[in-house]
Amino acid sequence: MIDISESVMQFLLAFTVAAPLVGAAAALLPAPPGLRGKSPDQAVLRHGVTVTGAVLAAALVLTLGFDHGRSSMMQATTDVSWIPALDVRIHLGVDGISLPLLVLTALLTFLCALYSYFKPPAGPSPKAFVALLLVLESGTLATFAVLDLLLFFLAFEMVLIPMYFLIARWGGEGRQGAAWKFILFTLLGSVVMLLGLLLVGLKAGTFDMLALATDNGRDLSTSLQVIAVLAIGVGLAVKTPMWPLHSWLPDAHTAAPTVGSVLLAGVLLKMGTYGFVRIVLPIAPEGMHVLAPYLAAFAVVGIIYGSLACLALARAGAKGDLKRLIAYSSVGHMGFVLLGIATMTPTGVNGALFANVAHGLITGLLFFLVGAIKDRHGTADLDALAGTTGAALYGRAPRLGGLLAFGAVASLGLPGLAGFWGEMLAMFGAFQPAEGLSRPAFLTYTAVAGLGTLLTAAYLLVVVRRVCMGAAPAADQPPLADVQAYEFAAWTPLAVLTVLAGLWPAVLLGLTDPAVQQLLAGGKS
Amino acid sequence: MTAAAVTAAPTALAAAPANGDLVQAVDWVAIAPPTIAAVVALAVLVADLFLPQARKALLAWAATAGLAAALLALVPLRAGDRSTFCLTGDPGACSYTADHFTLAIQLLVLGGALLTALLSVTDTRRELPAGEFWFLLLSSAAGAALLPASRDLATLVVALEVASLPAFALVGLRRGDRMSGEAALKFFLSSVTATAVTLLGVSFVYASTGTLHLTEIAQQLDDVPAQLGTLAKAGVALTLVGFAFKTAAAPFHFWVPDTYVGAPLPVAAYLSVVGKAVGFTGLVLVTVVAFPSYADVWGPALAVLAALTMTVGNVGALRQVSTRARSAVRLLAWSSVGQAGYLLVPIAAAAYSSDDQIGATVAYALMYAVVNLGAFAVAALVARTHPANRIADYRGLYAARPVTALAMGFFLLCLAGLPPGVIGLFAKVVVFSAAVDAGLGWLAVVMGVNVVIALYYYLRWTAVLFRSPEGAPGEAPARHRAPVPVTAAIALTAVAGVLLSGYPQWVLRFAATALF
Repeated sequence: MIDISESVMQFLLAFTVAAPLVGAAAALLPAPPGLRGKSPDQAVLRHGVTVTGAVLAAALVLTLGFDHGRSSMMQATTDVSWIPALDVRIHLGVDGISLPLLVLTALLTFLCALYSYFKPPAGPSPKAFVALLLVLESGTLATFAVLDLLLFFLAFEMVLIPMYFLIARWGGEGRQGAAWKFILFTLLGSVVMLLGLLLVGLKAGTFDMLALATDNGRDLSTSLQVIAVLAIGVGLAVKTPMWPLHSWLPDAHTAAPTVGSVLLAGVLLKMGTYGFVRIVLPIAPEGMHVLAPYLAAFAVVGIIYGSLACLALARAGAKGDLKRLIAYSSVGHMGFVLLGIATMTPTGVNGALFANVAHGLITGLLFFLVGAIKDRHGTADLDALAGTTGAALYGRAPRLGGLLAFGAVASLGLPGLAGFWGEMLAMFGAFQPAEGLSRPAFLTYTAVAGLGTLLTAAYLLVVVRRVCMGAAPAADQPPLADVQAYEFAAWTPLAVLTVLAGLWPAVLLGLTDPAVQQLLAGGKS
Repeated sequence: MTAAAVTAAPTALAAAPANGDLVQAVDWVAIAPPTIAAVVALAVLVADLFLPQARKALLAWAATAGLAAALLALVPLRAGDRSTFCLTGDPGACSYTADHFTLAIQLLVLGGALLTALLSVTDTRRELPAGEFWFLLLSSAAGAALLPASRDLATLVVALEVASLPAFALVGLRRGDRMSGEAALKFFLSSVTATAVTLLGVSFVYASTGTLHLTEIAQQLDDVPAQLGTLAKAGVALTLVGFAFKTAAAPFHFWVPDTYVGAPLPVAAYLSVVGKAVGFTGLVLVTVVAFPSYADVWGPALAVLAALTMTVGNVGALRQVSTRARSAVRLLAWSSVGQAGYLLVPIAAAAYSSDDQIGATVAYALMYAVVNLGAFAVAALVARTHPANRIADYRGLYAARPVTALAMGFFLLCLAGLPPGVIGLFAKVVVFSAAVDAGLGWLAVVMGVNVVIALYYYLRWTAVLFRSPEGAPGEAPARHRAPVPVTAAIALTAVAGVLLSGYPQWVLRFAATALF
């Protein structure tokens, strides 16, 4: 780390949250002279790259200035009163839990903006596209940075409208229905969540997450905590998504444009699991204690359900859409995250947070790759792609095929890549759950989750087999463009980080662990 | 007759039971806001007789200036500690009180009337008779401004009628329009029935308590003789019915869609905001101030009414077909019924909790007034080029008028309560928190489901704004110059909405303080 004064750190954090909003407003205005570029479309796409780049730079400097020795402490905190009537404070801060997610968001949005610059989305004017992308980024970053329950709700809601329009305007087939499903499901969830947040805030007398976490639910009766966890949990579980509340996700992913899918899987889903760790665990631990076994049960059902759905889609003749398949695989992967959280142990929660980030990197990469395949072939239908023997990407576009195989094995949790540690730690946590949770139940969950990893490996290998391998292409087939330079630029960071996190998990775990210990202990430590 | 009644009624009432000194000191500054509106109303009516046809436009500006002056008259009262027309024997019982609640509602009502006036300026040049229109609008505004200040049942009923009677005429003002006449008749008949029921209720309450002052009724109701208990209860219930009608609470909402569609557009805007404010203000005054001891009667009733109203309104709005003629106003009418349901929630919550919940209603109403008038202003603008005013006509508005379309999107999302409509979101949060605080969990859940339903139709409309226009791309639609007053109304409401979104405290502070 480097020593950066506290006021600069405060500014950097506020900048990462506010700059995309300002950038979004600026994107709608006509470009000033000197920045007009070749065409208005090019100028506004470049504007998107500039703003997200600046935000990424700020997030990276923030990481450098972050005191890694005190990662359990909130740093770069700002605390300004905003709406005294509701006791809403603009309370921002990062600790070891939120910092990785903050950087992940900034990185993925930047890569998406970069990708769109070279490959503008098919649809109406990119002006609105860039503006919506930036609002989306601001909302997501705010979700990870705010420390006030009502502000968290505001940030949580902020991503809905941009994502709705991204899907409904720039999406593929069936986009209207998918967009509606996405926004109505999530809104219903988040309204219920609001009721839970209000219940907690009103009964405890404060909406400040830090104060509530320090209290550790001491002022709240167990029955109230159970209701609160149920209400808040439903909202977060829709977003995560937890089986059986996941049904909006496959449609949304299938219809969304590539960039939308990447952000949806890479960042938006994390808002749900982050909420579990940041709000539910420390603020209502007793309620969580009661409901944890059920959460874990739903989580492992999700793991099995996701992998079985993927297996069914990957079969020959199933007309499975690759994007849909990866969406279902997200249900499975997020099941591991939820399982880790439900153990309520430091090991499990650390694993969950690790799996969170790993899923963002790997699934982001996979959606990029599948989007590229869809662009080249005009379809993501596995049967149409594979034909009788396979799409033979290794032969026709070796780099693309190689990257896809890399993404697939990373996703199935090959040791040495990022996907491994999170899932292993989550299962490890479930093997020895927190005191008071039924160990036999959790042992069963561990076993079922283990079966899930097998199924995951099975379908991902089937996908690799059918997409990357196959008979040598006939001479008359049109040549397939391999990975372009801009695609390399957008994907390499994700691949590199996947390897880095796999080989050196301590980078992440060292950040999250102290914060998780503190969170679970509450005011006791 | 109406304008004169505004000032005369309280004087007569308050003076009658005084013993000893019969002369009251009148605090003219305190009663300035409704008085200015009433005086200007008369002045406009008289001036209309002497002005030549060519100079009738002056009336519009005189009326607008009068409303602005009435708004300015609120400034010296901001301490919120004035009251007048008090009983000479008991200075605690006053007929007119300018506390913070009064001031907030007067701000809403007079501001709403001012925006309505801006929207009407161009209409009065052509299709509406200028003199009558301005007189009626200002009289109604005067009544609506008097209502929140009244603290005895007689003044309350008089104010309610002063606010409503001109409104019937306003609805039917479009000469030779069959729909306008039918709408006015529907509005009139159902409203008169409701008023009669209210009066019956008031007489029952007077019979059982022997006083008309709200604060004294609150004390007397505690020890009503046993044989009069039923009478008092019936009185309370009947009084509420009349006000529930004005708020357009279900099942008293059936007149709303037809009346709004039949009325001139600015009048529909006026009814949706000021008319509604009149209803819920009266409801607040009688429930919270006069009948607190009967909270177990009106609390559950209002909670059920709120749930019913928001559901009926939102489902009604959901069923609107966007290609039907006047579907835009029809949708706004149904959605205003739904919004009335949210407004009722904190009043119902006040029955269950000792904390002051009424502020949540006031805060929500202020937010709703700003954004709903904004939406109506945009509708008035679009109606100039598309007289059918279908929702489908809003397609491609962004291409034709980007700023107007952004403003409309903002208003609709505020009504839906989603960012970027931050003020709409927090106003809903305040209402939710009132319900949760009072332990009305089921009502909060019903409201949550309704918010989702409402989002569907608001967002559907918002999405239409940004669709590419029909017809050949690149073909520039013929641009009509927007009239200045309408543009000013849109700009005012949009700026107010954006400012409030940046600093919601300006509106939400009412939710945190005791208003009475």
